[in-house]
Amino acid sequence: MKRDLAIEVRGLSKRFHVRGRRAPASLRSRLRNPLGRTPGRSLEVFHDLSFDVERGEFFGIVGRNGSGKSTLLKLLASVYPADSGTIRVAGRLAPFLELGVGFNPKLTARDNVVLNGVMMGLSPAEARRRFDSVIEFAGLRDYVDLPIKNYSSGMKVRLGFAVMTHVDADVLLIDEVLAVGDAEFQERCGEAFEDMHREGRTILLVTHNMPTVTQYCERALLLHDGEIHTIGAPDLVAEHYYDVNLSEMLGRPDHKLPEMSSKIVAAIGDPFARIDDGWIADEHGERIDRIRAGAELNLHATVKVERDYPDPTFRFQIASSDGRVVFTSDLASLSETGSAGAGEVIELKATVENRLPPGRYTIVSDIFTGEGTPAGPTRMTRLEVEGERRGSSMLLDHKISASTRSAPVAPVAPEGGR
Amino acid sequence: MNAQPHELREISGPSAFGDSWRRTWDLLWLISVTEFRLQYSETTLGYVWSVLKPFAFFGVIYLVVSQVLKFADVADFPQKLILGLVLYQYFSEATNKALRSIQTRESMLRKTHFPRIVIPLSLNLGAAITLFFNLVGVLLLLMVTGVEPQTTWLLAPVAVLALVVMTTTLSMLLAVAFVRSEDVGQGWTLTLRALFYATPILYTLTVIPESIRPLIAANPLTPIIEMMRIWIIDPNAATPVDLLGVVSGLLVPLAIAVMIAVAGVIWFKRDAPRIAEAL
Repeated sequence: MKRDLAIEVRGLSKRFHVRGRRAPASLRSRLRNPLGRTPGRSLEVFHDLSFDVERGEFFGIVGRNGSGKSTLLKLLASVYPADSGTIRVAGRLAPFLELGVGFNPKLTARDNVVLNGVMMGLSPAEARRRFDSVIEFAGLRDYVDLPIKNYSSGMKVRLGFAVMTHVDADVLLIDEVLAVGDAEFQERCGEAFEDMHREGRTILLVTHNMPTVTQYCERALLLHDGEIHTIGAPDLVAEHYYDVNLSEMLGRPDHKLPEMSSKIVAAIGDPFARIDDGWIADEHGERIDRIRAGAELNLHATVKVERDYPDPTFRFQIASSDGRVVFTSDLASLSETGSAGAGEVIELKATVENRLPPGRYTIVSDIFTGEGTPAGPTRMTRLEVEGERRGSSMLLDHKISASTRSAPVAPVAPEGGR
Repeated sequence: MNAQPHELREISGPSAFGDSWRRTWDLLWLISVTEFRLQYSETTLGYVWSVLKPFAFFGVIYLVVSQVLKFADVADFPQKLILGLVLYQYFSEATNKALRSIQTRESMLRKTHFPRIVIPLSLNLGAAITLFFNLVGVLLLLMVTGVEPQTTWLLAPVAVLALVVMTTTLSMLLAVAFVRSEDVGQGWTLTLRALFYATPILYTLTVIPESIRPLIAANPLTPIIEMMRIWIIDPNAATPVDLLGVVSGLLVPLAIAVMIAVAGVIWFKRDAPRIAEAL
């Protein structure tokens, strides 16, 4: 069944006209040409872009710097006009290209929340009504009447984020907000996104952080040089994002790549082997993408060898939602033959003691040549660990006890309060 | 959120006036009041400053004009001086602030969608609120110095409204022009200084040599300030129309003001959608 659309983009084109501006020049050249301006330039950001986002979807937009993703977001947010093409949106859209847009440092949290809420589309009355709930969410109750110039940057971010979760939009455009704040804040952001997603809102998230894409998004779009490079499963998009990054490095003519990097790029372009499949299994061998905290964790992958190469090695890593690698396995090598032959299929399996705190993770599978350079693209698989205690601390086996000493200490005579 | 699915609707992109008057007004009012409150929020005297400034300025100018230069042979000169000063102060403050308003709110413009008109208008509305308080102060002062409230006072809002409309539309024009070229900023500083002397503030139209009267009267601020003085202070004084006839006294400045207004609205509407990328 096809779901309703939340966003429909058709034939979108955008070109920037950079007006010629007079650069500070020498006095002599100014005298010769007093009104001289450099000629204007025109830059095409993208041309004839079309895609859909379904209602209630968690949709990622990724791309290198300069790929056009910020411009796309600004067109969706009605900050820039399109040159041609249409954007159709179902319901109210709230853009969060930055947290706390229009925050005025001299105003109190109360005034700023109302102002920011109205900027984001609430009516003033509605913004005032939600103020308490916003402040509660931000945990800033004690600082309500403090001008926010006296807030720490973390407090400001929390306040901005709290407003974001309270504006009741049908579609939210979010740009890199996860990049700010500490691990705990990121975890809370993640939960807030989940909640909004569960409520049926459509979320468009622009990010550089591939684990975020694989862990949260249902679908993603990779924008490259103003074109849709890939649109589809987040794992696939994340892989292509890494590919694009690497080939971009090679493509730069003036850039002398160290030998190592050129080998990496070569391996991506023409791999020795490919990871065909990667999955997680429970103790019965069933494929799963969520697991109880502490339950046995089996990582699997199958590798198809394209060309002969010596001494293949394999590795799994686990990355947490903030992109941190929390586990790296030893390198495994083929015990019998010691080399990979074209056409062979290699099975990888790792059983990992599961000490992961509940949360979202990405399993990264890598394959290497005997020289230690990648033999082919990385593969990513998402995993959710379910359980009560979310947070960033490992679940280690432990015993803890508390007891009263059996020999009573001599009673202390009451001295009265100090 | 169980509301029924919304229809897909085409978004129109950034615009000058927005597509909901309600939202434009909500934003405008909220930001204007905030601006007004912020203006003196860090000072101990607060709003007192907004009234004190023109009065202090008046004191200095009055001393110089009447005691040093000794050419204040106009009836009720001090009262006419302060009224002119307060009106001109509004004009110069509002245009000066609006001029740079789009540039200073760059991050807001680049990050979110709202009717662009809100930016210059909110500054103008904030300045108009200040003007309102100042005028109340001036009226109190006039009554203390013996000016009797009279029925012509009821006409004053017409002149004030004309001033606000002209200032606002001119602000829109200046705000977008400044984004195109910062030379406008330097030029406007100069223009404001020249206008201060080319407007009947330190004098009235009656004391100007007849040869240059039409020039001064062509300034749209001239009939506004002159009529305010007549209606509030001295209903028997000669109006610009009495002195120069309908064409020079009224139609010429009116035509100039209308031209400014039309140009301001058209130019702002045309430039506003692309203003975020032009910054």
